[in-house]
Amino acid sequence: MAAALQTAALLSASPNPIDSRRFRLGSFARSLPGTRASFLVVRSDGSIPNSFTASSRSEKFITNAVATKSNAPASSTASKPGHELLLFEALREGLEEEMDRDPTVCVMGEDVGHYGGSYKVTKGLATKYGDLRVLDTPIAENSFTGMGIGAAMTGLRPVVEGMNMGFLLLAYNQISNNCGMLHYTSGGQFKIPIVIRGPGGVGRQLGAEHSQRLESYFQSIPGLQMVACSTPYNAKGLMKAAIRSDNPVVLFEHVLLYNLKERIPDEEYVLCLEEAEMVRPGEHVTILTYSRMRYHVMQAAKTLVNKGYDPEVIDIRSLKPFDLYTIGKSVKKTHRVLIVEECMRTGGIGSSLRAAIIDNFWDYLDAPIMCLSSQDVPTPYAGTLEEWTVVQPAQIVAAVEQICK
Amino acid sequence: MSAFSAVRILFPPVVAARSAGEKPSAPFLPSLAVPGLTRSPLRAPRLGRPLLAVSSDVLSGQKPLGSNSSPSSHAAVSREEALVLYEDMVLGRVFEDMCAQMYYRGKMFGFVHLYNGQEAVSTGFIKLLEATDSVVSTYRDHVHAVSKGVPARAVMAELFGKTTGCCRGQGGSMHMFSSTHNLLGGFAFIGEGIPVATGAAFSSKYRHEVLKQSNPKGLDVTVAFFGDGTCNNGQFFECLNMAQLWKLPIIFVVENNLWAIGMSHLRATSDPEIWKKGPAFGMPGVHVDGMDVLKVREVAMEAIGRARRGEGPTLVECETYRFRGHSLADPDELRKAGKLEILFI
Repeated sequence: MAAALQTAALLSASPNPIDSRRFRLGSFARSLPGTRASFLVVRSDGSIPNSFTASSRSEKFITNAVATKSNAPASSTASKPGHELLLFEALREGLEEEMDRDPTVCVMGEDVGHYGGSYKVTKGLATKYGDLRVLDTPIAENSFTGMGIGAAMTGLRPVVEGMNMGFLLLAYNQISNNCGMLHYTSGGQFKIPIVIRGPGGVGRQLGAEHSQRLESYFQSIPGLQMVACSTPYNAKGLMKAAIRSDNPVVLFEHVLLYNLKERIPDEEYVLCLEEAEMVRPGEHVTILTYSRMRYHVMQAAKTLVNKGYDPEVIDIRSLKPFDLYTIGKSVKKTHRVLIVEECMRTGGIGSSLRAAIIDNFWDYLDAPIMCLSSQDVPTPYAGTLEEWTVVQPAQIVAAVEQICK
Repeated sequence: MSAFSAVRILFPPVVAARSAGEKPSAPFLPSLAVPGLTRSPLRAPRLGRPLLAVSSDVLSGQKPLGSNSSPSSHAAVSREEALVLYEDMVLGRVFEDMCAQMYYRGKMFGFVHLYNGQEAVSTGFIKLLEATDSVVSTYRDHVHAVSKGVPARAVMAELFGKTTGCCRGQGGSMHMFSSTHNLLGGFAFIGEGIPVATGAAFSSKYRHEVLKQSNPKGLDVTVAFFGDGTCNNGQFFECLNMAQLWKLPIIFVVENNLWAIGMSHLRATSDPEIWKKGPAFGMPGVHVDGMDVLKVREVAMEAIGRARRGEGPTLVECETYRFRGHSLADPDELRKAGKLEILFI
């Protein structure tokens, strides 16, 4: 059934003009009391599809994550078996491929060169490319981020690493004023093809200042694009896409995800920066999440499946702008939304996403949007307290049960 | 105003007297006669030596002409060069006066910061640059833009918010950009242009060392202009460190006009001699009279030469003065006429 819906969605994505009334599956289901997610799929030419082959997928369809075994599609490892690596190695692979491809791509940050990066994302690159291309900077975030922006304006494509995303608070002047705005205030004369990346999020007892979620602080900056990676596959793809983009992109990594292992394709691939990822198609509720919370959601999903629920899990990946197409499709299908994020409740990504869904898909909602976020407190050092400030799988299960009542 | 009196045409062996009559007809030019440069054609010198303009030091006898250096070296410019400098400074002054007129007539809005009085610094440095060199400025950027070659018409249109402006009306007074002329802004917050300038200098070094693009003239140079207030800001010090660390081809030009809006430099700074902060980071720190375009030009030539040869950055402190308030909205009550600082003009 899920595959049928996917194909229906594909057809609506095709360039052929379609009668949109036929695809108002959401309103169709609601008008029949007692029905729950049973649809008739009708193609635009009036026929009912009877086969859903891999060839009917348009290339614009979101690639499935290979994070869960049951959903591993054949196409992502079709030609070769691929190779296994950890997330930080995937980031390095993406970075290295782009540095090989384009000599203007360079890296700057603290300890990125000789030390290989505090999370070893740039290990070995300084030996290969030299100290100027993989630049060890002094501890001056505002200035070396500004330096990256000046370099980006004058023809280079720098990748600036914040050793911890929280340190980029010191670079806020440059990120907000120059990174985000110079393309506009210069009347389009300069582009800023910079990538700002680094680990953020709540780790294991790192203390309040090293556990910040800067995506909520940066989301208002006009002109900035933000993505968050969560698997080795999307980490490499998003890294490459961010470097190739002519816009300033902030790539959020998570401290606890660097050692995730996955098998990724040998052949080159670049993901779309603005696309969300369908992690687990479902029918009953749309769970929107990103970064580390994806794993808490998937853990909760196992429990939910055992209890008879069928959650649809989407890793939004693109934090700014939101992929409202994928999200909207899902909302129109399930009519219930749960957002699970690691940001604080106040002013986080979740609150913006909630507002965007209400603005665009209000008529398709059967229940208020629930948003599970971290508590509005500094992250405590004690492990038990820290656990309580972050959303846990049990809370996700309880929230789904409440939404689906 | 010594910026203009610095340019004197020398008729050996006697200095030409001030010309008596001709007042300039443009209503906004200050009513002073510029000696020697009248509209009547100059007579060719009878002794066969080239016409020279020399800095005021020479004329006041502090530095004899041709004693240590030949007449054609740093302190002197040819007549053609002098006219270029003069035109640039006059254009800068007239432009800013027109901005003031438009603002007070209610045709221009927002924060407009004028450069009156500081023209020698802009002209002295920027007229030595090539098209591929970059300039980074602050909110007081109109004259830097005009000196760098952005058409005055485009800058004025930008100030009126027109699409024909250099930034399509989207930037305004404080955000003058030009990719063709390598003017990298125009920044509203003080200090935030300095890292951008450092980045442009880094690009220049990168192009040379990594991309192996060589320029027979040497590295492309970046000149960063900023004020005395900025010299107490972290970004200034962080960039001095990085620029010297990597020997970047950049010149840090401090336009020390002694005032940061209403804050006197002396009240804000523990050690007010800014040029001294260069050697603290390992780079030369030079102090120059920023009202004398030839002196500024001499220092600029040396600093630009250093940067082109890859010898690294220089910190140049130009003591100058702004004749108007911080911005056109500034009541400027704290600087009173006749105060001590005006004496050094």
